[in-house]
Amino acid sequence: MLSIEAVDKIYPNGTRALDRVRLDVQQGEIVAVVGGSGCGKSTLLRLAAGLDQATRGCITLDGETISAPHECVGLIFQEPRLLPWLTVADNVGFGLSHLPRAKREKIVGDVLARVGLADYAGRWPRELSGGQAQRVAIARALAPRPKVLLLDEPFSALDAFTRASLHEHVLDLWRALKPTLVLVTHDVEEAAYLADRVVVMRPRPGRISSVFDLDLKRPRDRYGADLEAAKRRILNALDQSLRERSAGDELVPAAAI
Amino acid sequence: MDAIQQRDAAVEAASPVSSPARKSRFGARFVLGILLPVVLAAGWEFAVAKGYAQGRLMPPPSRIFKTLYDLAATGELWRHIFATLARVLAGFLLGTIAGTIVGAIAGASRITKEILDPSLQGLRSVPSIAWVPLFILWLGIFEESKIALIAVGCFFPVYLGVLGAIATVDRKTVEVGRMFRLSQFQLVRRILLPAILPAYILALRQGLGLGWMFVVAAEFMGASEGLGYLLVDGQQLGKPDQILASILTFAILGKITDGLLAAASTPFLTWQDAFAPKN
Ligand SMILES: Nc1ncnc2c1ncn2[C@@H]1O[C@H](COP(=O)(O)OP(=O)(O)OP(=O)(O)O)[C@@H](O)[C@H]1O
Ligand SMILES: [Mg+2]
Repeated sequence: MLSIEAVDKIYPNGTRALDRVRLDVQQGEIVAVVGGSGCGKSTLLRLAAGLDQATRGCITLDGETISAPHECVGLIFQEPRLLPWLTVADNVGFGLSHLPRAKREKIVGDVLARVGLADYAGRWPRELSGGQAQRVAIARALAPRPKVLLLDEPFSALDAFTRASLHEHVLDLWRALKPTLVLVTHDVEEAAYLADRVVVMRPRPGRISSVFDLDLKRPRDRYGADLEAAKRRILNALDQSLRERSAGDELVPAAAI
Repeated sequence: MDAIQQRDAAVEAASPVSSPARKSRFGARFVLGILLPVVLAAGWEFAVAKGYAQGRLMPPPSRIFKTLYDLAATGELWRHIFATLARVLAGFLLGTIAGTIVGAIAGASRITKEILDPSLQGLRSVPSIAWVPLFILWLGIFEESKIALIAVGCFFPVYLGVLGAIATVDRKTVEVGRMFRLSQFQLVRRILLPAILPAYILALRQGLGLGWMFVVAAEFMGASEGLGYLLVDGQQLGKPDQILASILTFAILGKITDGLLAAASTPFLTWQDAFAPKN
C-alpha cells in the first residue's frame, strides 16, 4: 500500500504546493488525480517517487518510508525526457543495465511492442515525433516492471486515437501484473475511464478537495451512461473546488482544466 | 497497436531522403569557397610572369610551391613540421588534461567553483604571452617553456568548456538517472559525461586552435627548428617565399589536426540534433 500521510510541501521560494494531503492507495488500485494547473499534482508524484522531500508528513510504501527513488516505484514524467545520446532501445533498457544483455533485449523488445514502436528500436530520440517519444518514455518506465507506477499526464501530448489505444495497453498491463497506478491527468474522461478512484485537487495551497469511488464494472464502455454520470460528478466537484477557493485568488475558469 | 505502426510507417515513407542532393550542394560550396583565392593566385602568377609586377616581396604561387617543394625534398620541412607538431601536441595534451581536471573539480560543486573560478578568471585575464619571461626564467629557453606556454593557451578554453557544460546539464535529465537509482559514479558516466560531450569537444577544438596560435609565439622566442623558426629565418634572410611557405604549412596543419579531432569525435555525436560538421 502506498500511503501519503498528511504531507506538506513548501518550495524554497515559499510556494505552498501541497497542504496536508492525505491519500492511501491500495495495492493494485488505479487512482486518478485531477485538478487545475498548478494545484500540486506533479509535486505529489515527485514526492511519491522520492525525487523530492516532503516539508512535513511522510510517504510510505508497505510501511517503508520513501526518502529516495525506490526500486519498486516507477515514474513517467510530464515530458518524455529521453536521453538524446541513446537509441530508443537503449533508452528503454536504461534501467535494466544490471540484467544480462539477452534478457534486457527481450524485455526491451516486449515493452516496445506494447507501445507499438517495435520497429523503432534503432532510432535516435530526435527522429521521433512528440507522441512517439512519449510512448518510448512509457516503455522505459514499464521495462523494470515497477510495483507502483506514477504517471504524470503521460497521454496529454497524444492524439485521441493513440491515447485511446494506450489506455487499453495500460489496462492490459494492469490486468496482467496488477501494478498500483497513480495517474495524474487533466482529462476527466480519462480519469473516469481508467480509475477505481478519482482524487480531485484544488490549488493554492494544493489540497485534496474530494475523492470519488467509481465502482464501475470493467471493461468499461467509454460512452456508457454510468461513465457519463461519473464524469459529470467529477466535473461538478472540480467546478466546486475552483469556486470555493479563498477570496482574493484570481479566478480560473473551469474550462481551463 | 498495429494501426499506429502502419500510420507511423506511412509518415516515414512520405519524408524524402536528400543525401545526394546534399552532397552536390557541398561540392558547389567547395568550388565557390575556393574560387577567390584561386583567381587571385592565378592573376598574380600571370602578372609576375608577364612582368607587370615584380614579385620580390610577394612571390608568385609557383615560387612559394617551389620553395615548399625544395624544403620538403631536403627533408628540412619535415623536421620543422615534426618539431612544431610535437610542441603543439605536448602542450595541447598537458593543457587539456589540466583544464579537464580543474574544470571537473570546479564543476563538481558550488563551493569548489567559488574557490577556484575567481582565481582562474583572474589568471585568464592576463594575456598569455605575458607569461613568457617568467616561463623562460623558470623553465629555460628550450622545449619546456614553449610547451608550458602552449599548455596555458589550451588550458582556458578547455577549463571554461568543461565548467560551462557541467553547469548547463539539465536537472531533468539527471532526474531520469536518479529515478533509475544510479550511483554517483554511474550518474557521472551514464548521464553527465554524454551530456557534456558535445560542448567538451567544441572546447577541445578551440583549445587546439589556440595551441597553434601559441606555438608561433613560443617559437618566436628563440628556436632552432619549427615552422615558427622558418618564419623568423625567412624574415631575417629576406626570403618572403619561405615565410609564405611556412604560413601555408601552418594553415594546412591547423586544418588537418582540427579535422582529425572533429572526425574522431563524430561517431560519438551522431545522436545530436543540431550536429552539423563545421568543416
Ligand atoms: N521547483 C519549484 N520551485 C518552486 N515552486 C514550484 C516548483 N515546482 C512547482 N512549483 C509550484 O508549485 C505549485 C504546484 O506545481 P505542480 O508542478 O505540482 O503543479 P501541477 O498540478 O502539476 O500543474 P500542471 O497541471 O500545470 O502540471 C505551482 O504553483 C508551481 O508554481
Ligand atoms: Mg504537472
